[in-house]
Amino acid sequence: MPNVSVNGIVIDDTFAEAFGMRATAIIITAPNRKWARQAAITMTGFATSVIGCGCEAAIDVELPPSATPDGRPGCRVMIFAMGTDELQKQLLNRVGQCVLTSPGSACFAGLEGSAELKLGSALRYFGDGWQISKKIGGRHFWRVPVMDGEFLCEATTGLTKDAVGGGNFFVMAESSAKALVAAEAAVAAIGLVPGAIVPFPGGIARSGSKIGGKYKGMIASANEAYAPTLRGVVRSELGPDINAVLEIVIDGETNDAVAAAMKAGINAVIELGPKRGAVRISAGNYGGKLGKFIYSLKDMLP
Amino acid sequence: MKALTFTLVAEPPERLDLSPLTPERLAGIERRDIERIQIGMSKHGSKVGDIFRVAGNDPLDIVFEGGSARLDRVAEGMRGGSVRVVGNAGAQAGRAMRGGKLTIEGNAGPHAGSGMRGGRLEITGNAGDHLGAPLAGELAGMNGGVLIVRGKAGAFAADRMRRGLIAVLKGSGDNAGSRMIAGTLVVAGGTGEMPGYLMRRGSILLDRAPKSLSPSFVECGAPESVFAAIVDRHLIAEGILKRPLLGNAPQKYGGDNAVLGMGEVLFPR
Repeated sequence: MPNVSVNGIVIDDTFAEAFGMRATAIIITAPNRKWARQAAITMTGFATSVIGCGCEAAIDVELPPSATPDGRPGCRVMIFAMGTDELQKQLLNRVGQCVLTSPGSACFAGLEGSAELKLGSALRYFGDGWQISKKIGGRHFWRVPVMDGEFLCEATTGLTKDAVGGGNFFVMAESSAKALVAAEAAVAAIGLVPGAIVPFPGGIARSGSKIGGKYKGMIASANEAYAPTLRGVVRSELGPDINAVLEIVIDGETNDAVAAAMKAGINAVIELGPKRGAVRISAGNYGGKLGKFIYSLKDMLP
Repeated sequence: MKALTFTLVAEPPERLDLSPLTPERLAGIERRDIERIQIGMSKHGSKVGDIFRVAGNDPLDIVFEGGSARLDRVAEGMRGGSVRVVGNAGAQAGRAMRGGKLTIEGNAGPHAGSGMRGGRLEITGNAGDHLGAPLAGELAGMNGGVLIVRGKAGAFAADRMRRGLIAVLKGSGDNAGSRMIAGTLVVAGGTGEMPGYLMRRGSILLDRAPKSLSPSFVECGAPESVFAAIVDRHLIAEGILKRPLLGNAPQKYGGDNAVLGMGEVLFPR
């Protein structure tokens, strides 16, 4: 393979393959940054992969008071799912259980999309008749009485059908510590890209998977070609210098957001260099036949 | 195209019904024919040409140069475009508006914005009684849109209001927001007696404690309110107010418990 080397890091001549998804976004605000983050982190817990969680969700960006509808600190949270119905269900369950319940929170639409998803217009029933509808400046809010005052929630938020899920790259290093440092650098860089999230724990997946498995009913199973302990036992993709591989999985509001996030992440790994971080970068695909979106690693280089 | 301008030649000899002079009703009508529209409401039966000098040709941009308290029903039922009155207007200005923008650069008479459903009505001077309120026999008053009075409003402002926003910036008369069904009434500069009398739902937002409330209102504490922050920011962003009205944790009174009791009167502590 005509792999290239940038700053001493080998870049595989391969591509990431991603799929169309449905996505929505909300803005959560709270009296301070700590509680805005707390509500956002709680509602995006157990949302790493649609395989087992129903959706993929994470904080997109933190918002300063000047950028939120109510002038308090906030977070923009993005949620991705394979279908509109599942997305709607996940949105209401998560906001209802994790944001409505969080002290001092309020919740606003975070996306103008091609269609609308119910938000406050469904959660209002918690008010048991004491909820108040308010239309202010063309936006519709519900005010639901709660024990610390009121939960204010916008009636609907937007849905986009242009979202992309599954953009990815592999950070491959001589030790797991170095792989983690490189992956953390990538996650930090992607955090600055608006409209893209990395839903796995801390943005990093160590159990990158292949489709299916030898056991019946497994949707995904170990990606043995990238497991260093199986090097030599199976047909491995790993050379003798690689002892740890971490995957960064990216979901984006648009194709461009995923590309920008991959670029930012890969460039951060390259900048870190092979001594402190990764010696090689690769990506996961299914031969290019399944996914609608293809991100070639050589297009992501600085 | 130049704004279609009606310049008042002299004080009208009778009350005038200006409801035919809206962007919709003047679209495609020649100036000659406009001058023949009858607007006088008494035996004089004045026509447009008797009262106004007509110039310009854009019916989406109508200007009345020179006002009078006899100019009734200005822009009644308008749905789009813009009407500007440079001077005072009479009764029922902007009644049943559905869209567009009506500006009165002077005072307006009673029932301004009565039964409005949409659009924006701004009165730079004072408004008479029954601002946005229904006429006798109607079930609901204002039903949408934005109504701003930069001066004072008379009694029964926002009576039976159902939807939309009314903002009065220099104080209102007695019984502001009486019988409100829903919607938002903002009054800066003080209210008269018993704001919210017999209100069912809706919000009356004040810049100070009301001097009296019906005894069927109850004190509801002053928790932090995101709604107050949203309203404050909206009023400033729309250029209606310059400073926040309510602050973060306004005092709330709930009522009127003589009826449904789901309304609120909020003011800064």
